[in-house]
Amino acid sequence: MSESSRLSVLKTYKLYVGGKFPRSESGRVYEVADAKDTWLANVPLSSRKDARDAVVAARKAFGGWSGATAYNRGQVLYRVAEMLEGRKGQFAREVAQAEGLSTSEAALVVEAAVDRWVWYAGWTDKIAQVVGGANPVAGPYFNLSTPEPTGVVAVLAPQESSFLGLVSVIAPVIATGNTAVVVASERAPLPALSLGEVLATSDLPGGVVNVLSGKAAELGVPLAAHQDVNAIDLTGADPELARELEIAAADNLKRVLRPQDVRDTEEAGPDFAADPGLTRLTAFLETKTVWHPTGSLGASGSAY
Amino acid sequence: MASAFDTASAFAYAPAPESRSVVDIAPSYGLFIDGEFTEAAGGKVFKTVSPSTEEVLSEVAQAGAEDVDRAVAAARRAFGKWSALPGAERAKYLFRIARIIQERSRELAVLETLDNGKPIKETRDADLPLVAAHFFYYAGWADKLDHAGYGRDPRPLGVAGQVIPWNFPLLMLAWKIAPALAAGNTVVLKPAETTPLSALFFADICRQAGLPRGVVNILPGYGDAGAALVAHEGVDKVAFTGSTAVGKAIARQVAGTRKKVTLELGGKGANIVFDDAPIDQAVEGIVTGIFFNQGQVCCAGSRLLVQESIQDELLDALKRRLSTMRLGDPLDKNTDIGAINSAEQLARITALADTGEAEGAERWSPECELPSAGYWFAPTLFTGVTQAHTIARDEIFGPVLSVLSFRTPDEAVAKANNSQYGLSAGIWTEKGSRILAVANKLRAGVVWANTFNKFDPTSPFGGYKESGFGREGGRHGLEAYLDV
Repeated sequence: MSESSRLSVLKTYKLYVGGKFPRSESGRVYEVADAKDTWLANVPLSSRKDARDAVVAARKAFGGWSGATAYNRGQVLYRVAEMLEGRKGQFAREVAQAEGLSTSEAALVVEAAVDRWVWYAGWTDKIAQVVGGANPVAGPYFNLSTPEPTGVVAVLAPQESSFLGLVSVIAPVIATGNTAVVVASERAPLPALSLGEVLATSDLPGGVVNVLSGKAAELGVPLAAHQDVNAIDLTGADPELARELEIAAADNLKRVLRPQDVRDTEEAGPDFAADPGLTRLTAFLETKTVWHPTGSLGASGSAY
Repeated sequence: MASAFDTASAFAYAPAPESRSVVDIAPSYGLFIDGEFTEAAGGKVFKTVSPSTEEVLSEVAQAGAEDVDRAVAAARRAFGKWSALPGAERAKYLFRIARIIQERSRELAVLETLDNGKPIKETRDADLPLVAAHFFYYAGWADKLDHAGYGRDPRPLGVAGQVIPWNFPLLMLAWKIAPALAAGNTVVLKPAETTPLSALFFADICRQAGLPRGVVNILPGYGDAGAALVAHEGVDKVAFTGSTAVGKAIARQVAGTRKKVTLELGGKGANIVFDDAPIDQAVEGIVTGIFFNQGQVCCAGSRLLVQESIQDELLDALKRRLSTMRLGDPLDKNTDIGAINSAEQLARITALADTGEAEGAERWSPECELPSAGYWFAPTLFTGVTQAHTIARDEIFGPVLSVLSFRTPDEAVAKANNSQYGLSAGIWTEKGSRILAVANKLRAGVVWANTFNKFDPTSPFGGYKESGFGREGGRHGLEAYLDV
């Protein structure tokens, strides 16, 4: 506690949807406490309707974001890193409270999160060169495969790693041009809701990332069943919920990233401090292959 | 012609000069070695002038062999730590450099225009955005080398000796330094003697970015310094952009050593226009192809191959378009054609154009008043050119277009490939399959279809045949700086 007699101003944490900061349409909130069970904030308990609104916002943003050049998206992701670097102190406090870490431990987590944005900023204009390419088909055809974003991705953020984990699941989704509806860690949503404030000031178009706080089960069900959602990342779902949502997702054949797809061992959760690899980037990509006849000029022409 | 309303003067452009005040050029500059500006060991200096006015811009230290020793030693000392940094940390240095270039891009654009003579329109809209983008792109590779397709944990080579030309001074610096540093090498770079300033400003950008000393060393100087650098025992990698003659000398120089070499040399690009091409777009592409940067571009479309049936129509449209081009003060935002970079280059262009005339080709230029001071050459077009003409074979490196004709696609390909060079080519036709069929047959490293002179950091660039070897840009550009 500070020695100062000044009473601090508390922040009302709000959702981040379509570039705006609404409360839940339901008017519901729930209590968030720190690792020692001290009250921190009342945060929106998002409803099914909030989830659907967020999908609408994400869909609306998809055309512009997926149509932006990869270079432009890289610049924006790098801008997120720049904005976050300037607010490291705030996030270190929030992460320390959320995860029961010391401030210096939390600061390392936040720095890793900043660097994770930088890592994905660099991927925007490289992934196509790594997973795409010309195909040497046996005929007179030009044949090129390129990756494209799948669309709107629902993301159940990890429950434990409230910030590094959160960033590690959002950045790869949007780096390639998808837009995201993110359900924050239920127990520790504050870093996620604050991230919305960073995204809003990072040249990221509204609606590219939408952040909801609430119950993974309550929000996961309508998102997994939503016909205008193209993919779902189940990282933050427990095994039972993940299976249920995967079944619901099959209804329109959503691309599904299961928790076990990115888990090192059966028991442990994903290690977000490790090299992220490509799994999360490629999980939400389509491959488009274009054929075009090359015609023929005959065998003449100098070979020199 | 009597006319109540003189449209030409009514629509004349008012001068629109870009302000020089955004750039502060010091009266003198040193060499940049081991993080510090220093005089040349021999105490020599040379003057760099503005080609559009012949005004002396600054006096610059002239590197000699002893300075090359010092710079290579500094780069060698810096190599261990730099290459051992986690890729993510090297990446962040390069991202910083990219950002600082973006922040200072107006200043650097004006500087480049002053020192090089090219129009501000080009430095502002092409050179500088591409420079920043190049650093931004390779920054992202520094921590992703495992994914670049060169095996696990590819290693850097060591010290890169890099020699760059005067036509795109800062852009060529970016093409050289960005991939080198991303891969973990350290560099000694020699800019051209007529355009040393932007490289020296880049040294200041390295300082602002906090780049460790010795990672980048800049040695302004002449060909002797470049030769000493290429020959230096402590150099592991040689990268050169410039003339084919010097490129061949370098290839001989490194024979028998372990040095890895990439060469980006001359060109005589063919711009092939078929009878179904969209004429207006093609005319724009031809103009961009040969008059961008006064034609001082290695990948310039300096040979126009036009299908016989549309030759007259195309040439009429082209001449009309050339008559609207504005030659003059490079700092004027409306200027299309700036100054030739040096008196020496102007003499070379003049001599080759005279040869064209002497050998019987028909010369044409629009009415065009050349400024009294500085180095200028009017946009020039030669018709009736055959493959035997010198101006169809030799690289002119100036605003001179040689027009040849063809009847069939086969003939177009044969003529396009009839060159010692193989850097670039253009194809103009509405038919996709013809584009791809012709592109397949062209022996050129870059083929533009229905566009010309497009560049992007993600896209590999480089030549076939005597246009050099190795590629710069894209994933491919990393190979030149990795031990693979």
